[in-house]
Amino acid sequence: MAVVFKKTDMLTDAPLHYCPGCTHGIIHRLVAEVLEELGVGDKTIGVAPVGCAVFAYNYFNCDMHEASHGRAPAVATGIKRTHPDACVFTYQGDGDLASIGTAEIVHACTRGEKFTTIFVNNAIYGMTGGQMAPTTLPGQVTTTSPYGRDTDHCGYPVKVSEMLSTLDGAYYIARVSVDSVKNVIQAKKCIKKAFEYQLAGKGFTLVEVISSCPTNWGMTPVEALNWVREKMLPYYPLGTYKDKGANE
Amino acid sequence: MEKHLMKGAEAIAEAAILAGCRQFFGYPITPQNQIPEYMSKRMPQIGGCFLQAESEVSAINMVYGAAGSGARVMTSSSSPGISLKQEGISYIACAELPCVIVNIVRGGPGLGGIQPAQSDYFQCTKGGGHGDYRLIVLAPDSVQEAVDFTYKAFDLADKYRNPVLILGDGMIGQMMEPVVLPEAKTEFVDKPWATTGRKGKDRRIINSLYIDPAVLEQINLELMKKYELIAKNETACEEYMADDADIIIAAYGTTARIAKKSIKELRAKGIKAGLIRPITLWPFPSEAFSKAADHAKCMLTVEMSCGQMVEDVRLAVNGKVPVDFFGRVGGMIPSWKEIMAAAENTLKGGKN
Ligand SMILES: Cc1ncc(C[n+]2csc(CCOP(=O)(O)OP(=O)(O)O)c2C)c(N)n1
Ligand code: SF4
Repeated sequence: MAVVFKKTDMLTDAPLHYCPGCTHGIIHRLVAEVLEELGVGDKTIGVAPVGCAVFAYNYFNCDMHEASHGRAPAVATGIKRTHPDACVFTYQGDGDLASIGTAEIVHACTRGEKFTTIFVNNAIYGMTGGQMAPTTLPGQVTTTSPYGRDTDHCGYPVKVSEMLSTLDGAYYIARVSVDSVKNVIQAKKCIKKAFEYQLAGKGFTLVEVISSCPTNWGMTPVEALNWVREKMLPYYPLGTYKDKGANE
Repeated sequence: MEKHLMKGAEAIAEAAILAGCRQFFGYPITPQNQIPEYMSKRMPQIGGCFLQAESEVSAINMVYGAAGSGARVMTSSSSPGISLKQEGISYIACAELPCVIVNIVRGGPGLGGIQPAQSDYFQCTKGGGHGDYRLIVLAPDSVQEAVDFTYKAFDLADKYRNPVLILGDGMIGQMMEPVVLPEAKTEFVDKPWATTGRKGKDRRIINSLYIDPAVLEQINLELMKKYELIAKNETACEEYMADDADIIIAAYGTTARIAKKSIKELRAKGIKAGLIRPITLWPFPSEAFSKAADHAKCMLTVEMSCGQMVEDVRLAVNGKVPVDFFGRVGGMIPSWKEIMAAAENTLKGGKN
C-alpha cells in the first residue's frame, strides 16, 4: 500500500492539547517536519515557553527544556554556548517573547546567538484566558481591553520582525502565516531556511508565525482564519525582513 | 605548598575554574565585579565561555540552560542582583540542576549601599524565590575558605543535583590573603539526565511544571527527602573555645572572624566566651547550638544585619538559654570592642 501521509517522527504520539482550530498544531508540525528533513533529531535541544505551548516538551521528539515566562532565549543561550554543535530552538508566544521576555529576545538577537526562534503571534494571551498582548491590534477587544485596545492609553502593538531586523546580530528574520495551504508551504520554507542558517553557524534566526486563537478571539476556526487575513496580515505584513545569507 | 596572594573575588573565580567550571554568566554589580572580570580574561584562555548577560534575570536563565545541558556553570552577583535571580533559582531548584551561585552581599534594602553586609541571610537560606526549596549555602570567613568552598560547591551541586550558594560579603570579596589553590579537577560525574541531544538514546526533558497536584506533591516530598539527606551529610560548623564557654557567640563569615578577637580579649579578662560559626548556613548546624545550650549560660548572635540568623539560633536553642542579638547594618562593620561589650552586657542579663 502506498503511504500518502506519515506523521513526522519528530513529534511524539502524545495528543496535542490545543483547542480545535488552533494553529499552534500546524506550526508544531512544520517545525518537526523541518527537523526531520534536516536529520537533526539526535542533536536538537528545544526550549518551550510559558503560554499555550508550555507542554511543547511533550510533543517535540527531542531533548527539551521548559523555560520560565519570557526567558527561553536566555535558556537557549546557555544551552547553545554549552553545545555549540547542537541544533537549538525556542518556541514562544507573543506575551512570552514581546512583553515579559523582550529584553531576552532583543539581546539574544543582537548578540547573534546561533539558535532559531519560532515566534507565534496570535495577538492575545491564550493560556491565561484572552488578556491583551503586546501584539493585540488597535481596537481589539480582549478581557483586559474590554472597550478595545486604546492606543492613547496603552500604546501600540510591537512589530517584532521589523524591530529585530534592525539589529546587526539578526541573520534571518521572516514573518509567515499558516492561514492557507499556500502560506503553510511558504512558512515551512522559511522555517527550514532559518534552521539551515543556524546549522551553518550563521547567526540569530527568527520566524514569526501569525497564528489564530479561535477560543479567546470568540470565533469559529473559519472565522478566526478570516480574521487573520482581514485584520492581522494588513497590520503584520508577511515577508522576509532580514536575510543576510541572500547577499553572501 | 605554593601560596598565592589573591583577592577574595578573584580567588573564587580561579577556584571555580580549577573545579572545572567552563561556563560563566554574569552582570556587573559592585562589590563583585572582579569575579566576572577575572572570568572574562580566563575563560577564553581555557576554552570556556564567559558571557555578560543583559540582566541578572537572563544570567540565571542562561545558567538554567547550561546546567540542564550538563555544564559546570556559575554565576555571581551582589544583593540586588541576587533578588532578580530568585525566579530562576526556584526553577533550577525544582528541575534539580547543579550550579553555583555567588552572592557577595552588600547593604540593603533597596539599592542600599556597596559596603559589606549579611542582610541577605533570610533570602539565601529561606527560599528567596517561590515554593518549597532549599539551597546549600556555604559561608567562608577567609579567602582560603572562599577557594575551598567554591571548589567543593561544584561537587556538592553535582552530588545532590542542587544549586549551591556561596554567601560572602564585600570584606571576603575585596580582602587579599595568601591562599593554596587546589588541583585542577579532571574527573567529573556522569550526567545522563542532561540535554545534550538524544544521540540515539531516549530524549531528556528539563522541567519544573507538574500540573497534576498529586504529582507535584510527590515532587515536593522527594525534594524534602533530598534536603533531609543533605542536612544529615553536609551540616558543618566551627566551634572555637566553645566547650567550657559561659557565653556562646554565634556568628558567620566576616563577623565570626572579628568575634574571635573579641573572644580572646574576653578570655584574657577571665570571661569564658566561645564561638559557634555556622559554615553551612543551610543546612543550619542546629544541633551544635542545642548541645552548647546545655552548658552555656547565654548566647549572643552577632550579624551585619538587623537580626536574621538569630532566629535560627533561637529555634535551635528552643528556649534553653537566652539568645541575645547585636548587629551593625548598612555596610557598617562591628568592631571587636563592640562585640566584646555586647557579650559582657548579655552576660549581665542586659539587652543589646
Ligand atoms: C512570571 C509569570 N508571569 C505570568 C505568568 C502567567 N502566564 C502564563 S501564560 C501567559 C501568557 C501567555 O501568552 P502568550 O505568550 O501570548 O502565549 P499563548 O498562550 O497565546 O500561546 C501568562 C501571562 C507566568 N506563568 N509567569
Ligand atoms: S487558547 Fe488560543 S492559543 Fe491557546 S490553544 Fe486555545 S486556541 Fe490555541
